[in-house]
Amino acid sequence: MAMTQTSPVTAGWADPYLDIEAYDPEADLMVLNLGPQHPSTHGVFRLKLYLDGEIIVKVVPFAGYLHRGVEKLCEKLTMVQLPPIFDKNDYVSPMMNEQSLVMSFEALLGIEVPRRARYLRTILAELQRIASHLLWLGAFAMDLGGALGGGSTLFLYCFRERELILDLFEELTGGRFHYNTHLIGGNRHDVPVGWDPKVYAALDVIEARLVEYEDFLTRNQIYIDRTRGVGVVDAELAMNLGITGPVLRAAGVDHDLRRDAPYHCYDEIDVRVVTATAGDCEARGTVRLGEMRESIRLVRELLPGLPTGPLGARKPIKTPLAEKASKGHAYACVESPRGELGVYTIGGGDNKGASPYRLKIRSPSLHVLSCLPYVLPGQSVSDAVAVLGSLDPIMGEVDR
Amino acid sequence: MMNPWLRALVYALLICTVILTLTAWSIWFERKFAGRMQSRLGPTFYGPAGLAQPIMDALKLLQKEWLIPETADRWLFILAPPLTVILALGSAAVIPFSATVVAADLDIGVLYLLALGSLMVIPVWVAGWSSNNKYAMLGAMRAVAQGVSYEIPLVLASLVPVILAGSMSLSDIVRYQMEHGWFVAWPPGPGLIAFLFFLPASLAEANRIPFDIPEAESELIAGVTTEYTGMGFGFLYLAEYLHTLIVSAVASALFFGGWDGPFRPGLHWMVLKTLLLFAGIFWVRWSLVRFRSDQLMKLCWRYMVPAGLVLVMSAGLWVFFRGGQP
Repeated sequence: MAMTQTSPVTAGWADPYLDIEAYDPEADLMVLNLGPQHPSTHGVFRLKLYLDGEIIVKVVPFAGYLHRGVEKLCEKLTMVQLPPIFDKNDYVSPMMNEQSLVMSFEALLGIEVPRRARYLRTILAELQRIASHLLWLGAFAMDLGGALGGGSTLFLYCFRERELILDLFEELTGGRFHYNTHLIGGNRHDVPVGWDPKVYAALDVIEARLVEYEDFLTRNQIYIDRTRGVGVVDAELAMNLGITGPVLRAAGVDHDLRRDAPYHCYDEIDVRVVTATAGDCEARGTVRLGEMRESIRLVRELLPGLPTGPLGARKPIKTPLAEKASKGHAYACVESPRGELGVYTIGGGDNKGASPYRLKIRSPSLHVLSCLPYVLPGQSVSDAVAVLGSLDPIMGEVDR
Repeated sequence: MMNPWLRALVYALLICTVILTLTAWSIWFERKFAGRMQSRLGPTFYGPAGLAQPIMDALKLLQKEWLIPETADRWLFILAPPLTVILALGSAAVIPFSATVVAADLDIGVLYLLALGSLMVIPVWVAGWSSNNKYAMLGAMRAVAQGVSYEIPLVLASLVPVILAGSMSLSDIVRYQMEHGWFVAWPPGPGLIAFLFFLPASLAEANRIPFDIPEAESELIAGVTTEYTGMGFGFLYLAEYLHTLIVSAVASALFFGGWDGPFRPGLHWMVLKTLLLFAGIFWVRWSLVRFRSDQLMKLCWRYMVPAGLVLVMSAGLWVFFRGGQP
């Protein structure tokens, strides 16, 4: 650890570069490696905790245990081969990954997406947001309540409801998890006959159950005690670290790409951005629960108005226009359930320009995790687990 | 009249067998119960409705190799699990299952129970310490802090029936309730509140959710049981269930009139009440998230201990003014 390094974030937060030797010359601290194999690190993530009793003094996060070299892989495969690879990045919301990728390629190649496809993408994105937040809710409850207790009850309930959405996706795309439904210039699968009523039915069920889950948590004094005032990430820290999504909105920053930089057909509908002010775990929960409601409303509003017309650009894009792509670069981002998920592409790589020369993923989870060394010190091990759960990191996306 | 030694031996064997069997199937019951609560089926494979599942679980645990970490304190590591079971089973000796079915009707039954309950902290600490594992160590530290703290509200809550009945023998307490009404209903107030104190305090002692922070598996992997495998883990697991079962039995004797019932008082009432309380504990377990260590301490020292003192005083005043005559 370089001792000369100083924290880039202003005072009021713990120093991530704290010199342990200077802090405690007796070195009576316990070093606890939380992870990489640990029930609640949401994958393979390691937190090196310096503990004074049960109070955390310093946190060193280690990521990279799930590194698969996706960005390098992108330089070898052609653009049309990439969407299924991207499904595996943020494996809780694969739709968003595909969308951010194909949007980046479409911007690079200058392809106009038909209106019907844009509508369908919006609907899929919102359904995926509900599914992703449901999984977060379950996993968070499990972090608080344990796999052999009340937490797992809520976890299984949430999975039951998420299943409804996965069933809808399965009917539409044939895949429950890795959809590969987005093409450069449009969508592959059209809405099957009789899909709409099933969507409404599923949304009705989820909306009714959300009330129960909210009661389960917000009327539960133990939940409130465990989350209120725990792991506060305020607006300044969040913006300094590049945190986006529900964590930023829970800190009171009214920022949502769906409204502020509309893509798909978000400019045609009114997205109400849910915010909270406290910035603690409870606020993050409130924001996500509110976003699920908002997504349910958006799908209900969008689905009847699904325009007719082609689902893809005029010709199927087999090989991207190499000469065009070789000059350009493009960035496209979507508001994934975790925040701004962006893909930056420089065109004209291998395979006669059909591969990107370089591709960079801006994943929200990585930025969100960077707040841990600032936030955790001074709190207990139990809080570390609660805070990590409330941030909703997906390791597949952090490490790529 | 039987030889007292023979009688003690027979009762000990009988009660151990019955309670251990009951505990094994209570695990089946809990898994089934939790399954239904979580819209699952629970165990279904072995026997009708999965009834043979506990046997299979025990067989599986027996077959597993008992790994002892190289850095562990070998003898303490081996000693701790049986010790927990012995202490938990020992408490069963004084529980009056009916007017006649009681292994040792001690005059100081309540004191004996509380003493054994607080001794439970020691094997748990031994298990955590001897594992030489940081998670186990943290879990053991939490267990000791929690066990020692919750001993006090537990004692205060148990004192209320003792004061009201004027005896420390569990059988006498039950007999008093048969004459004067169950403490949970009469006298109005102290009995019910004491029960509401007794249950969480004993849950905290038995390390059950929402007080299971010593083995909080989302934080400490498995707490004190992290390094245990095979039957070592089996014993620790069994002791936890035994403790819960015995807590339910003690609570039904102290507050719900034991073997007393609306008709034909006897063993069956005690079993029914115990199992109902047991199911209630499961219900709580599968619907709540857990506390944080410091919040648990706050709850104990800031609210339960002062309120418990007031409770004991109110029970004393009741006896003083009503002369024990309801």
